[in-house]
Amino acid sequence: METLLNDFSPGLFAMQIVILIILLFLMKKFAWKPILNSLEERETGIEDALLAAENAKKEMQNLQADNERLIKEARAERDAMMKEARDIRDNMIAEAKEDAKEVTASLIEKAQASIAQEKQAALAELKKNVAELSIGIAESVIKKELSSKQDQLDLVEGILKDVTLN
Amino acid sequence: MKVAKKTIKFLAIAVIALITTTSFASISGNADQNHNVQNHDGGQVNTQKEVTDYIQHHLKDSHDFTFFSYTSEEGERKHFGFSLPVILWSSEGLVTFMSSEFHHNDDGHVIVEKNGLKFAKIHSKIYELNSDAATVSFDETHHATNAHKVLDFSITKSVVGILLASLLMFLGFSALAKQYKTREIPKGLGRALEPLVIYVRDEIARPNIGEKKYKKFMGFLLTVFFFIWILNLLGLTPLGFNVTGQIAVTLALALFTLVIYIFNGSKDFWAHTLWMPGVPYILRPILAIIELTGFILIKPFSLLVRLFANITAGHFVVMSLIALMVTMKEAFGPVASTGMSLVLALFIMVIEVLVAFLQAFIFTMLSSLFIGMAVEEHEHH
Repeated sequence: METLLNDFSPGLFAMQIVILIILLFLMKKFAWKPILNSLEERETGIEDALLAAENAKKEMQNLQADNERLIKEARAERDAMMKEARDIRDNMIAEAKEDAKEVTASLIEKAQASIAQEKQAALAELKKNVAELSIGIAESVIKKELSSKQDQLDLVEGILKDVTLN
Repeated sequence: MKVAKKTIKFLAIAVIALITTTSFASISGNADQNHNVQNHDGGQVNTQKEVTDYIQHHLKDSHDFTFFSYTSEEGERKHFGFSLPVILWSSEGLVTFMSSEFHHNDDGHVIVEKNGLKFAKIHSKIYELNSDAATVSFDETHHATNAHKVLDFSITKSVVGILLASLLMFLGFSALAKQYKTREIPKGLGRALEPLVIYVRDEIARPNIGEKKYKKFMGFLLTVFFFIWILNLLGLTPLGFNVTGQIAVTLALALFTLVIYIFNGSKDFWAHTLWMPGVPYILRPILAIIELTGFILIKPFSLLVRLFANITAGHFVVMSLIALMVTMKEAFGPVASTGMSLVLALFIMVIEVLVAFLQAFIFTMLSSLFIGMAVEEHEHH
């Protein structure tokens, strides 16, 4: 310790302090300040550039997503339109079928009605003819059979029997 | 850039010119030297004691800048280097002269008379002799009895080292700062320096001080880091600086840290130091004393001693290992001792290069840690 104290030189100490203060001042002004400022500027520059690149990337992704969305929407729209068209077509066909069915049904009905009318008319004519014919036949039969008195009586009797039975 | 290059070239040429002229001057000065004077480092360094003395001498600051010395064929001691100005604040005021006037004497036998005052240099310290004394007399423990130390503001070897390191730092980093004006990414030396600056900022300052407040202290931390590192590395060159092994220098550095964290201490820091919350009242004054000694004495002391001791020990070990070449010659022969010393010294030198960085890192790291403790603001519960 004594040699340490003995070795201690106050002059050197003072010189060191003075020189260090001057050096600190000079270095701060001419070296450290500009160096540290430029380093910081460069670093913020790099950071900004990285950030900008990141943003650009994100924007690109957004654009891509937008594009995809647009394509999807267009596709969906097309599909919807196609579906609509198909529906319309189906509807038209169905309606047409329905109409056709109605038309045929009414045609058939009319035909049946006219057939039935014709049939009625034909039947009525047939009845009339049959009646006339049977009256004629009956006239001739009666003319021939009621020539005797007995026969006339029998007939009346028979008819009367039927009437009471009824 | 061109102007800067030209100035650097000019400075280099000026320094070389200065070195050569002054060294020639000092050599010629030595030629007229009176050789009755007993020189302390009078030639060969052979014995254990001489080796230890030599190392001790190196570890101290020096008033001359000597690259190497040799003894000429006529037995004259020649020193190759240059003398430095001696600036003293004596009892009669300011006294200046060149260190060559001591003729490399370090044991008080050469007396320099200036302004009617007598000065002698003993173990790298300059003493002013009492007015009635003609020569320095010593007691048994080799302390001067009729002389006292003076305030010595000389441009010593350490001061030259400090100035050199400051100059290197300033040139290197101001060049880097200028580069940013024209380009985003520096080239050349700046490309090597930039990651170091970023290292200090991101690995030392930011994690220890905190994102909010670290900027204010960057100037100090960067300056101290590079200052210590460059001086540690200069100490490993054959120039033979031992600046960061001077306790005065490390004390100054530690005091800067102390002043910075004391004056930037937050309210919370002082509250926790002086009146620790959550502790029984009786213990608080005791804790305050412990905390205060910790912050004002122990922490700066650990900073200054760690750096000083590491660098001094490193120089001591390297020089001792080199000295093995001499001291082991008797036992192992010249080849084996030289080889051994070479391998060991090289090994320790490599470690010292690491230590040079490590100590700069640790000093800066701990400084920022202490600053971080002082500026931290606690969340109130």
